[in-house]
Amino acid sequence: MTHQFPALSPEQKKALSDIAQRIVASGKGILAADESVGTMGNRLQRINVENTEENRRAFREILFSSDASINQNIGGVILFHETLYQKDSSGKPFPALIKEKGIVVGIKLDKGTAPLAGTNGETTIQGLDGLAERCAQYKKDGADFGKWRAVLKITSTTPSQLAIQENANTLARYASICQQHGLVPIVEPEILPDGDHDLQRCQYVTEKVLAAVYKALNDHHVYLEGTLLKPNMVTAGHSCPKKYTPQDVAVATVTTLLRTVPAAVPGICFLSGGQSEEEASVNLNAMNQSPLPKPWKLTFSYGRALQASALAAWVGKSENKKAAQDAFRKRAQINSLACRGQYVVSGKTDTAATQSLFTASYTY
Amino acid sequence: MTHQYPALTAEQKKELSDIALRIVAPGKGILAADESVGRMAKRLNQIGVENTEENRRLYRQILFSADSRVKKCIGGVIFFHETMYQKADDGTPFVQMIKDKGIVVGIKVDKGVVPLAGTDGETTTQGLDGLSERCAQYKKDGADFAKWRCVLKISNNTPSALAIMENANVLARYASICQQNGIVPIVEPEILPDGDHDLKRCQYVTEKVLAAVYKALSDHHVYLEGTLLKPNMVTPGHSCPTKYSPEEIAMATVTALRRTVPPAVPGVTFLSGGQSEEEASINLNAINTCPLVRPWALTFSYGRALQASALSAWRGQQDNATAATEEFVKRAEVNGLAALGKYEGSGDDSGAAGQSLYVANHAY
Repeated sequence: MTHQFPALSPEQKKALSDIAQRIVASGKGILAADESVGTMGNRLQRINVENTEENRRAFREILFSSDASINQNIGGVILFHETLYQKDSSGKPFPALIKEKGIVVGIKLDKGTAPLAGTNGETTIQGLDGLAERCAQYKKDGADFGKWRAVLKITSTTPSQLAIQENANTLARYASICQQHGLVPIVEPEILPDGDHDLQRCQYVTEKVLAAVYKALNDHHVYLEGTLLKPNMVTAGHSCPKKYTPQDVAVATVTTLLRTVPAAVPGICFLSGGQSEEEASVNLNAMNQSPLPKPWKLTFSYGRALQASALAAWVGKSENKKAAQDAFRKRAQINSLACRGQYVVSGKTDTAATQSLFTASYTY
Repeated sequence: MTHQYPALTAEQKKELSDIALRIVAPGKGILAADESVGRMAKRLNQIGVENTEENRRLYRQILFSADSRVKKCIGGVIFFHETMYQKADDGTPFVQMIKDKGIVVGIKVDKGVVPLAGTDGETTTQGLDGLSERCAQYKKDGADFAKWRCVLKISNNTPSALAIMENANVLARYASICQQNGIVPIVEPEILPDGDHDLKRCQYVTEKVLAAVYKALSDHHVYLEGTLLKPNMVTPGHSCPTKYSPEEIAMATVTALRRTVPPAVPGVTFLSGGQSEEEASINLNAINTCPLVRPWALTFSYGRALQASALSAWRGQQDNATAATEEFVKRAEVNGLAALGKYEGSGDDSGAAGQSLYVANHAY
């Protein structure tokens, strides 16, 4: 507590900071294409495509072979382990395909949830064993950032003190190890949207969780300028009877972040959770239009919300490649506009109709 | 951890937030005139004046009779208990004189340091007993903000984990109680400049201390928008052989704050510690021209650094009162400019020459 034993040299800090800035450069966000084999299975099943390695490869190739101009909207792509070592039809490794567009390659590093005994079904995340060696290898193989997803849920008894503290601690350990190997850690403390809780409840819990996360990062000597945050937006639970506007979500979310996320963090890349493609874009847009101050970039790290239309257009047929790419590019461009608060929702009338729904920020 | 039991209503939050914003309105800072009887003894001793209640009254009258020029640069004045109930020669209560200038009245509420057994001479701060009732009374008597000073020191074994945790906790309890009574708490975790440690050491310790303070404030459900922070600037120890420029001090200070102070905090009002009047102004100015993004107001809460010249101009002679008041007004205006990054120094061209001395932030 009294002496500093620097975790990183000035050169290491600069390298990490530069990577983070590139990922969240103005108007850019992240394509989360790191679905595990099981999760990809769910996605492919919905379009009646068999979950084979080749099908997974083929779909990712569609995304990654988009025209290079996609680099205006996408600053980073998160890959699953299998995908990092796959190649496109011409034999070019996916990391190279992505990097030649000037997009940063990331890698999912966690190894899924493990139960916390004595809690109401809560979990922590495993994956710390041998993480240093894995990070070093991934860095050699083309990755410059990592991702680790912790999961918390809201019920009348959760998240418990233990779950918050344990998940914050493992996130901080992961982040510390990443930075030692030149990887920017994306810190993801997802609070699931399941439940009937209201917006205020989600805000309260998110504030507590994020405060614990940043205290843990500080305790573990993590260099904040070389990290990114991937939180949930503050929303009501899926089965909450009360409906909220995008402006309500925006004010609750930004207020929460202002109270917990130090300005040194260069960017906040929201997860889309259970939101539809459009919802995820509209909410992000509302945040960037909000008059509240925003000392960090507010952008996206979307999986489903960037790929749903592309998947539906592809349905496993190679002749649909262009249609799928067009669908993906369209969502990427929309989210890029949302990063700047410039997304005008087509079909809706002017913003005047939505202005009156603002709730004064001091209520939060 | 799971449910919110709101500590404050929406109206209470708005009142606190409004008060805080008035104190740190652009170009304004705080006059810390809350020296205890014992502390005033030292000051008066230095100018050969006897430490009587009347002399303390006469001296504060000199400060409080400043003309309307101070309206632009002083947003708040911190009082000592005795002074809250004193009056000017014409019978006007001091509290009234200050409020008539549109300046917010504050009150020191801590009761000094007490030792932490088992540590290397470390302390915590007392004053929580009956604090709620005292706050309620001070609010009735005209105070809208309060101040509580905790003290930490840097040596080979300090600050210890206990000292950091205990002082952070007591600050959070104080802050919580203040807000319940409509009083904005200024949170002051002073790390003394005594010692031969370098700038980096001070920065490291300051980051650890402030991270603990903001975790404690979150744990105690304190409404950050209705608080102010009064920290030390990040400087080397007094006996450190290495000399640093104002730009280096500014970069280290702003970097430390960016890593720990949530943007929801409306203002950071630095203490001047052992700095001379000019040093405190030059450093504050450098802080306000630092190229990093600064989401809070960065201003002053100066005692000695606002009063030293006034005291020596007065020397206890009422004939000197007007000249003494003028000295105070001059320093107040200088610091008002420094809070806007517009102070050009007292003659030497530190303005332009200083800019080139900024070191790239990755070194911090």
